[in-house]
Amino acid sequence: MRQEHYDVAVIGGGSAGMAAAISLAQRGKSVVLFEREEVLGGILLQCIHNGFGLHHFKEELTGPEYAERVSKTLEELPVTVFVGSTVMHMEEAHAGEGKIVYAYSREHGIVMAEVRAVVLAMGCRERNRGNIGTPGTRPAGVYTAGLAQRLVNVEGYIPGKEVVIVGSGDIGLIMARRMTWVGAKVKAVVEIQPYPAGLTRNIVQCLNDFSIPLYLSHIVSEIHGKNRVEAVTITPMVDGMPDTQRSFRVDCDTVLLSVGLVPDNEVSKKLGVQLNPETNGALVDSRLMTNVPGVFACGNVLHVHDLVDFVTEESTRCGEYVAEYLDGVRPAAQHRVVAGSNVKYVLPNWYDRSHDNRFYLRPMVVKNRAELQVRLDGHVIKTKVLKHVQPSEMIALALDEKDLGDGAAQGDLRLEIAIV
Amino acid sequence: MNTHYDVVVIGAGVCGAAIARRLSAYELKVALVEKEVDVSFGVSKANSGIVHGGFHHSTKSLKSKLEVQGNRMFDQLKEELHFPFERCGILVVAFSTEEMRTVEQLYRQGVANRAVGIELCNRERILMLEPKLNNDVVGGLFAPAGGIIEPYRLVFSLVECAQQNGVEVLLNWEVSSAVDQGSYYTLKNQKGETIEADYVVNAAGLYTDRISALFGAEEYKIVPRKGEEFLMDRNAKAYTRRVIFPVPDPLSKGTLVIPTVEGTTMIGPTAEMIEDKEDTTTTRDNFEKAFYSARRLVPAVSERDIITSFTGLRPTIAGDDFYIDYSRKVPRFIHVAGIQSPGLTASPAIGEYVKHLLKKRGIRLVEKPDWKPSIAEVPRIRELSPFDADQLIATDPSYGEIVCRCENISEKEIVEAIRRGHVTLDGIKFYTRAQMGRCQGGFCTYKILKILQRETGMTIDEITKRGKDSFVVTSRIGELAVGATVEGAV
Ligand SMILES: Cc1cc2nc3c(=O)[nH]c(=O)nc-3n(C[C@H](O)[C@H](O)[C@H](O)COP(=O)(O)OP(=O)(O)OC[C@H]3O[C@@H](n4cnc5c(N)ncnc54)[C@H](O)[C@@H]3O)c2cc1C
Ligand SMILES: Cc1cc2nc3c(=O)[nH]c(=O)nc-3n(C[C@H](O)[C@H](O)[C@H](O)COP(=O)(O)OP(=O)(O)OC[C@H]3O[C@@H](n4cnc5c(N)ncnc54)[C@H](O)[C@@H]3O)c2cc1C
Repeated sequence: MRQEHYDVAVIGGGSAGMAAAISLAQRGKSVVLFEREEVLGGILLQCIHNGFGLHHFKEELTGPEYAERVSKTLEELPVTVFVGSTVMHMEEAHAGEGKIVYAYSREHGIVMAEVRAVVLAMGCRERNRGNIGTPGTRPAGVYTAGLAQRLVNVEGYIPGKEVVIVGSGDIGLIMARRMTWVGAKVKAVVEIQPYPAGLTRNIVQCLNDFSIPLYLSHIVSEIHGKNRVEAVTITPMVDGMPDTQRSFRVDCDTVLLSVGLVPDNEVSKKLGVQLNPETNGALVDSRLMTNVPGVFACGNVLHVHDLVDFVTEESTRCGEYVAEYLDGVRPAAQHRVVAGSNVKYVLPNWYDRSHDNRFYLRPMVVKNRAELQVRLDGHVIKTKVLKHVQPSEMIALALDEKDLGDGAAQGDLRLEIAIV
Repeated sequence: MNTHYDVVVIGAGVCGAAIARRLSAYELKVALVEKEVDVSFGVSKANSGIVHGGFHHSTKSLKSKLEVQGNRMFDQLKEELHFPFERCGILVVAFSTEEMRTVEQLYRQGVANRAVGIELCNRERILMLEPKLNNDVVGGLFAPAGGIIEPYRLVFSLVECAQQNGVEVLLNWEVSSAVDQGSYYTLKNQKGETIEADYVVNAAGLYTDRISALFGAEEYKIVPRKGEEFLMDRNAKAYTRRVIFPVPDPLSKGTLVIPTVEGTTMIGPTAEMIEDKEDTTTTRDNFEKAFYSARRLVPAVSERDIITSFTGLRPTIAGDDFYIDYSRKVPRFIHVAGIQSPGLTASPAIGEYVKHLLKKRGIRLVEKPDWKPSIAEVPRIRELSPFDADQLIATDPSYGEIVCRCENISEKEIVEAIRRGHVTLDGIKFYTRAQMGRCQGGFCTYKILKILQRETGMTIDEITKRGKDSFVVTSRIGELAVGATVEGAV
């Protein structure tokens, strides 16, 4: 067994892990990065469409291009990278504050890395048919959109000829266009909510431009077919209930599911990291540290991001925090941040009054001219008017020391962020 | 010339497999024939995986005799065949004094059946045995000899052992007609191929009635009773230490909360008589029913944790007992019919019982001096400590390649499955558990496809989910006519 020592282990080599590793190495820390796949890049590698990096690189790149830029920077830094290495287990070191990370690989057997800090950057997984409980038979031809994307873009195979897509998440929308381009017929995109789950630009560019019908407030209520999918039943939702009288059948040989992503936190649990049931990501303080000292999280494993630029920003910052942690910096008093009206979640879950704070939040409502309100001890301390909010678009919010008032304020220091 | 067998066993479910393995101990030429592309693709793949405790069925029934006998055989079988099995114990929980009366009746029945270690529990004891029970429980029954298994792994191991001892397994071989030639039978399949058999064992599960008709043996009707099961994540809070049963109703043993032997939680089965033997749909109604009943037993059961659901069909027969006997109408023909629950539990004893029936009908049984009851154990990387795993990877690096991240399955385990003939996605899933975890194959399917391609020489468009035309993909890029839209910016 190979035993190694580093300041930090980064788990996952997608855009989050790479950015955190870069940021740490630039601050002189010794870093080991473990990536399960043979190449770095994560989910970016299968997103061969445009639309990455507008904020960060100020130009429009494809996923692989974005990944390549970041990994070039990484290569020039002294980071030890193990690809083809899956972290299966982690534990507290027997003595001291350290952690032990076990990675499994073909080439090196088990690499046991003893480190002082861990960055969780494992990304997310797709929700599947079981998670949404679609009744019917269980034939071949039902795939998550990400798997289909992989089959088409990486392996060169087309899952099927006539497709119904369940859910209007971004991957589903992009796959609707991709399947059309390779010659399949996308017969419907079916979304349970009265509004799309994906970005507006994807609705326009992936569905409208190809005249693919989008059924809002509809569900796929049954899958038919013995060996291979033969059809689905689609049912409209009326006042939140399926109206089975108006169900109709659409023949197809493939069902793609784009019904959301879930942070993939299984290994995190081995160290006792506490998760937020709202996001399935870790609960983190203002410095993106989890309840386990020395364990940090960023990127999609913390909460699902829709833009890679935000992942890079958050993860770079996470690297800074970890470096400071290793230098002995401990945060000042931490206070809770709670999601108020019409907000699904706010991250981080704690804030620090003595610093600038940056928050990401996800709305629960679709609304024009929405007001973002930050409340402290019952008083609104800041507002911001947003032209349009919708659940598929994450909101970034910065609060500086001034916003938070003078440090002497007493009372309930819980910060509440709401949309009204 | 046709291949001639002493015995042909029709149906490679748990019964056929147990019978074939038992017969493999004797100097006999045996074939196990199966219509599906792999073994254990019938009733034996979709059930609750419980080794029952021996108290549910009347002492007078054949069922209960074979259940108790089968239960006792599992420790040795596990030693020899290495399938996942654990005697976690079974609880039946009562929520009223009336229900407690039924429980007491089950207890007396269990004692009469000679079920091992069975006891009655007061409220405090039952809550101690399982703290996650609903607090309203008033008492119940504990059957410590009850346990849990991975049913398909049991079948795979039985078949592997049988094969190792000379049994031939014929897959994609659907018996579609039979002719009595006087001293032997000729069996023909859907492609017109034939084999010959002196003795025939009909273990065709839901289709035993059809096979019986083909041979002109007794007439009976197998009616499917549908049961839906819902599988939950391995981190589900509802995970209990023991199998939890409600007080049974006349139709079934009720909807249970099952801690599977692999650490996940399962809710089910429902019970509903149907007509169609191929109807394995799941429905919203049954989902709600199952969760409603399960939550009454264990309040921590949450819909949030579901990762998948499936349906199994119990092959029921009039009278509701197992029908295992030789035919009185045609010679050298044995029925193994109506094997609903506790079929899995009873299967090792069924193997023994059928051997005796064959002997009674005149087959000569000479023990093989070199019969090997054990098969090689395939190490599973997830069961090893990092130190042991490291040594194993040193002997074979493909143990270090983790293909399925949810269940922690290495490439080597997948290759072992393929080498044992499990060459569909479902076959690999049942042998290894890859695709069976929380992502349900979202991440690993394409990796498995590539390994299958490499190991078998099939191309991805030839690979199926479970045989027939359950193809995974339909075409390659470039094969479909691309419409008016040009492939733009990709
Ligand atoms: C289909 C899709 C389309 C998108 N489209 C856009 C877009 O158009 N524009 C845009 O800006 N953003 C887009 N995004 C968002 C953005 O690209 C992603 O959110 C971002 O790349 C996620 O980065 P990550 O590093 O957090 O996760 P990932 O990229 O998923 O990286 C996680 C990495 O961790 C590895 N890993 C996991 N577990 C382990 C382990 N135990 N041991 C070792 N390694 C492990 C994985 O192999 C993976 O490489 C899209 C996202 C998706 C899913
Ligand atoms: C929902 C459910 C839950 C259950 N739970 C339990 C439990 O917890 N514990 C327990 O002990 N029992 C349980 N059972 C019962 C148990 O699963 C069955 O009794 C057992 O699997 C039956 O095995 P078998 O070999 O008789 O049938 P099968 O497994 O169906 O095997 C018969 C085989 O014959 C093949 N076949 C059919 N026709 C032909 C033909 N013409 N030619 C060739 N092959 C053919 C089929 O393809 C099939 O593979 C449960 C059953 C169900 C449905």
